[in-house]
Amino acid sequence: MKNTLRIGAGSAWWGDRIEPAVLNAERGDLDYLCFETMAEATVSAAQVRARRDPSFPGYDTNLDDRMRGVLPACLGRGTRIVTNQGWINPDGAARRIVHWLREFGATGVRVAAVNGSLITDRVLDLADTILETGGPTSSLAPTLVSAEAYLGAEPIVEALRNGAQIVVTGRVADPSLFLAPMMHEFGWDALDHAHLGPGSGIGHLMECGAQVTGGYFCDPGFKDVPEPWNLAFPIAEVAPDGSAVLTKVAGTGGAVNLMTVKEQMLYEVHDPASYITPDVVVDFTTASLEQVGPDRVRVSGIGGKPRTPTLKVSMGCMEGFIGEDMFFYAGPGALRRARLAKRILEERFRIVNLDADELRIDFLGLDAIHGAMSPSDQPEPYEIAVRVAARTRTREEANKVGREVDGMAVSGVGHTGKRVPHHDRVREIIGVWSALVPRERIRPSINYFES
Amino acid sequence: MRVRLQHVAHTRSGDKGNTSNISVIAYDPVFYPFLKAQLGPDEFLRHYSGTVRGPVERYEVDAIAALNFVAHGALGGGVSRSLCLDNYGKSLSAAILGFELEIPDELADRLRGMPA
Repeated sequence: MKNTLRIGAGSAWWGDRIEPAVLNAERGDLDYLCFETMAEATVSAAQVRARRDPSFPGYDTNLDDRMRGVLPACLGRGTRIVTNQGWINPDGAARRIVHWLREFGATGVRVAAVNGSLITDRVLDLADTILETGGPTSSLAPTLVSAEAYLGAEPIVEALRNGAQIVVTGRVADPSLFLAPMMHEFGWDALDHAHLGPGSGIGHLMECGAQVTGGYFCDPGFKDVPEPWNLAFPIAEVAPDGSAVLTKVAGTGGAVNLMTVKEQMLYEVHDPASYITPDVVVDFTTASLEQVGPDRVRVSGIGGKPRTPTLKVSMGCMEGFIGEDMFFYAGPGALRRARLAKRILEERFRIVNLDADELRIDFLGLDAIHGAMSPSDQPEPYEIAVRVAARTRTREEANKVGREVDGMAVSGVGHTGKRVPHHDRVREIIGVWSALVPRERIRPSINYFES
Repeated sequence: MRVRLQHVAHTRSGDKGNTSNISVIAYDPVFYPFLKAQLGPDEFLRHYSGTVRGPVERYEVDAIAALNFVAHGALGGGVSRSLCLDNYGKSLSAAILGFELEIPDELADRLRGMPA
């Protein structure tokens, strides 16, 4: 058994930077490199796209860039990869990875695809109640696009045990991607909550990449970090007891300190004593943090409680459209012109019978971000944008937002600045709802491929 | 002395559905009791009035001198439905930096980012 396992993060979301992943692969001396690329609505959005665009392969659209970037170094060092880039087509992603392995001259490398999280066709039988509303899941039937269960680390561990050098999955809970290598290397049992708790907790600290190394953090004069344009992704040096030192490749910008770790520890957490994952219930309230060197924080004492008998399911539904656009004012009197523009738009939407569930006309620079709580006694800004958004049932109604904003160009207020609309001003809403299903009803399966 | 929270604590927000969690972490554990006593869920909800619908729950994490606020009805119906430009509420954690609280004068030199 290893004394220390070195696990690096390769991405925190689909659009994340590639270079820090390459840096981790080349200079992180990693045993494992783990990629997280999915947001809440990723699967549903991929389903919608796959229906319309037969050429869409159904996996991470940045898969080629990521694999081209990290595979040479990972193959050289023997770094194994765990990634959820499979989205709705883990087998396809695995085949594509095999393609890149062969391009780099690597033969006989085993790639595993973890399937089984997609349960669209049977979710309404498996789950009764929508968690957010308490209503019946059957009410979602007409609009349901996709449903997926959040798998845990177990199928990844099985794939690693069966010799996979690279494991690509569909929906898996984010911390599980990092926990799986620990379970495999340290021989932790799936029911060993005393070890899985801290392991999953470390996974939680790693899953958002740079958010623990100085990203989404610095605030001039209060929380400064060096070279915030040159951030690294984190590395966890995990000990067999589940404690770890969080760090990053030397010579990079950003910081790993008590503040960055505390902020990430509570990120997207509700009850810190009961952070529910498919593998274990994590208790962060017993954690102890220590700065043991520059950009090195030791995390120990995270607790674990037995896993729940259920798995979370996300259900994506088509819920209509959002139409949005904006235009601008500047100079003395910008705000009074913006206010008249708002009035004109409100009247225009009445005249064209805009049928919207919600309409919002904000002044960006004044109250568009924090909304009604924004202080009313602010000084008037020199520049202001009028931002318009409406949520509608049909695309036709959503189009009215852009049409009426276009009208403001020559039929609006003096000194109106406006963009020529080359961008798409209507987008579909995929609403996401949750439910719980008994875990024994979800059966992951693994397919193996070889380069 | 009365100071803005930004001199006492750092904050971060995260999203889950229509709920935003906002952590408030004392820069120095010496400030934690004052945060705990003066920033309850009611004060929090009042500060976010009109923007967070509520209810708001507060969890205390003494080990790291932090409060975790779970604000329901904070994201305009949920990330994908929200008409707010910041639909993830990533910037919501900045608003609480303006909350004012009372800190003993003798702790003034431990406040962060005070003008010289």
